[in-house]
Amino acid sequence: MRDYPLGTRRPELVTTPKGLKPTDVTLDALRQGRLDADDVRATASTIRRQAAVALASGRPQLAENLMRAAELAAIPAEFVLEAYTALRPHRSTAVELAALAERLEREHSAPRTAAFVREALAVYERRGLLAADERRPAPV
Amino acid sequence: MSDAPRRSERFVAREARDLRKEVLVSPWPELGLVAFDSPYDPEPELAVADGRVVRIDGRGVDEFDLVDHFLAAHGFDIDAAAEASALDDTEIARRLVDVDVPRAELVRLSRGLTPARLARIVGSLDPVELMFALKKLRARRRPANQAHVTNLKENPALLAADAAEAAARGFAEVETTVGVARYAPLNALAVLVGSQTGRAGVLTQCAVEERRNLQLAIQGLVTYAETLSVYGTEPVFVDGDDTPWSKALLASAYASRGVKVRFTSGGGSEALMGHSEGKSMLYLEARCLAMIRAAGSQGVQNGSISCVALALSVPAGTREILAENVIAAWLDLEVASGNDAIASHSEIRKTAKLMGQFLPGTDFVTSGYSVMPRRDNTFGGGNYDADDLDEWLTIQRDWQVDGGIEPVGEAELVEVRARAARAVQAVFRALGFPEVSDHEVEAATYAHDSGSLPDRDRAADVAAGDRILAERISGLDVARALDRFGFSDVADAVLGMQRLRIAADYLQTAAIVGADGAVEAAVGDANDYRGPGTGHRLTGERWARVRALPHELDPRSLAADGSAGAPALFTEAGEAAAGGDHDEVVVAVGPAFGDGLRSTIGGLPHEQVVAAVLAGIRDAGAQARLVRVRRTSDVAFIAHDAALLAGSTVGIGIQSKGTAVIHRADLQPLDNLELFGMAPLLGLESYRAIGRNAAGYALGRSVGPVPTALDNFARAKLIVTTTLLHARETSAIVPNAPAVELARA
Repeated sequence: MRDYPLGTRRPELVTTPKGLKPTDVTLDALRQGRLDADDVRATASTIRRQAAVALASGRPQLAENLMRAAELAAIPAEFVLEAYTALRPHRSTAVELAALAERLEREHSAPRTAAFVREALAVYERRGLLAADERRPAPV
Repeated sequence: MSDAPRRSERFVAREARDLRKEVLVSPWPELGLVAFDSPYDPEPELAVADGRVVRIDGRGVDEFDLVDHFLAAHGFDIDAAAEASALDDTEIARRLVDVDVPRAELVRLSRGLTPARLARIVGSLDPVELMFALKKLRARRRPANQAHVTNLKENPALLAADAAEAAARGFAEVETTVGVARYAPLNALAVLVGSQTGRAGVLTQCAVEERRNLQLAIQGLVTYAETLSVYGTEPVFVDGDDTPWSKALLASAYASRGVKVRFTSGGGSEALMGHSEGKSMLYLEARCLAMIRAAGSQGVQNGSISCVALALSVPAGTREILAENVIAAWLDLEVASGNDAIASHSEIRKTAKLMGQFLPGTDFVTSGYSVMPRRDNTFGGGNYDADDLDEWLTIQRDWQVDGGIEPVGEAELVEVRARAARAVQAVFRALGFPEVSDHEVEAATYAHDSGSLPDRDRAADVAAGDRILAERISGLDVARALDRFGFSDVADAVLGMQRLRIAADYLQTAAIVGADGAVEAAVGDANDYRGPGTGHRLTGERWARVRALPHELDPRSLAADGSAGAPALFTEAGEAAAGGDHDEVVVAVGPAFGDGLRSTIGGLPHEQVVAAVLAGIRDAGAQARLVRVRRTSDVAFIAHDAALLAGSTVGIGIQSKGTAVIHRADLQPLDNLELFGMAPLLGLESYRAIGRNAAGYALGRSVGPVPTALDNFARAKLIVTTTLLHARETSAIVPNAPAVELARA
């Protein structure tokens, strides 16, 4: 919490994927073509630092959300959105959700998000919110 | 012949007022049309076995619905639950309004409370207690406000100008949306450029479908989202095509791309969507809010939101909405407290409702103040709009309360609006988008609404919008375009928004970007209200800024010497003596009459007033004498002094502001024959009639009172001028000096 806001108090801790510090993002750098739109964003590590700030300030659920976000940070947006769609009601069969969790865990090193999907699967089974098998497969 | 009973004209008149366009209904719990305490609301209950939550509010695990399962998994702190179970509702309610119980302790306790318990405790507070609790529980120290910026023509110059105005007026967030989905990238871009022209650091969002929204965020064109709606019953949740897990994952997805997220919920939505399950609005909202915290959202926009008129249709609806905001704040969520959708046709009613959030202050007092006239608000919002701004600012000034909007003068606003419109014109040119003409820039700068803007080629515009997505045109590209066309300061501000993404500090609770560019959140800038003298108070520089309305006048300029250096209208000819003629009426004027002051509050020149009164007296066959009373500025005493001097014992007193009294010597000074207090409504004919009547009294005739008009608003309109004129009159008093004879100079 002492380090917050990280951008102004600990800029050296929060670099872009290619290693730029916030203070490197200047008009001169822009003019000289040193900035890349895909690079000017938070890394998984920075989001984990924000999760730690949230936890230290007594917000465990916000921290958990940010830990999931840190896992998703490195995953292509298209797949993240597919995972979201798969979790919507009646979209996925039990097998499909289990497979989604497996992919998140094994291919994308996202164990928390995978556990979250498995937790949803168990509840969807109880509440009848899974897709019937004969329905079109979820877009995963 | 009609058999209908005769109608009271007063009832008929009231029925014609705007308020009566709204339907009020008695409670119908089965349909969810009940604010608090439905007979179907469950008894609060929280059972834990082996460290797991096994019963919530009357349901065991086997009966849990989606929301219950989600809360059981993520919603409770077992230690806090044990602590809370040892306290009764009244004790917890008392702590909410106990200035000595810190917010952090209440938030910790809230982690052990179920929705039914939250609703029951907060529902037991009266309106003032709710406001006090909200003031204590708000997350961020300083309240802020959010603006809506849209227009019917989706004109980019006007969007930019309005976003710039919002930013210049101090709004911390600007939300736009679209009439046509494909406009989203263009509108997001226009609002980004406009807002950063007005003030660097304003957060922006474009409320559209999630996939599109996320893409805009990835490209750095928006920074926050509040489109994640949740509901308190499973059927409505599922009808909304989501579950707590899907919504929570979406929230994480936004956060993963550095987007600030708040959820949306609000009382009455379940009833509107037909699945309230007979539960009260507050109980269902408590379920939403508990779920939102469990999902890890930093905040929520709540307080009935778009269902506000439904909540207001049932008894205690306004209190219920405030109670929703209090629960949200208690759960440690940033609160954007509604007041965006139109709450009522009645200005009185909707503003009475507003006070619940306005006076305590919330993280965002409205979740969308319509910076443009409401006809251009494509959210269907506009509870308060451009035309209401002076009222909002005046109410802030009246209460000395920070509602998150700052007054800005016309010249400054015209300049910032023009600059924003030109900046977006430059970006369009640089990116090869359809031209924004100089004519559009000018219209966007000065127009009241989009009706004054030319129609654009909409097909070409949406094609440009498609290009933003297809070519991944980013915030950096926008900054580059601005820089190329000489808007390097705006470019730097847009770049600053990209820079913020790197540290993602605004993912923390209640984060906004302050005037100095630093992130202000509930971490670091937490609400530290602990009673009088603590917390955010509207004082010092901020108060000086908020209270200084552009149309505020310097009273010294109004109280200037009215003589402008000219010689007095009357000459003083020695001490006035008592008259001997029984038909003599004395007219006495006040100390500054015809000297330091030269006309009445109604604008009549003093010489004409005197001439009219004297002519009236003579018309009626009496003699007239003019004197000045110098010892007092009070019209009753001026008139009584005149009566004491008059041979007839009847006198007239006239103050410089025009107030007149007909008096008689045998009456008590504060009594009178006739009083003419409505000086602004008196014409020269009135003064002539006053003279005639005084003469009539002097001559012992039967006299009917001078007809006078009544304007109940005269006081509200003129009381300041009255005070200043009277102050000048009073300053001309010569203590204990006798009256003097006056002659025309």
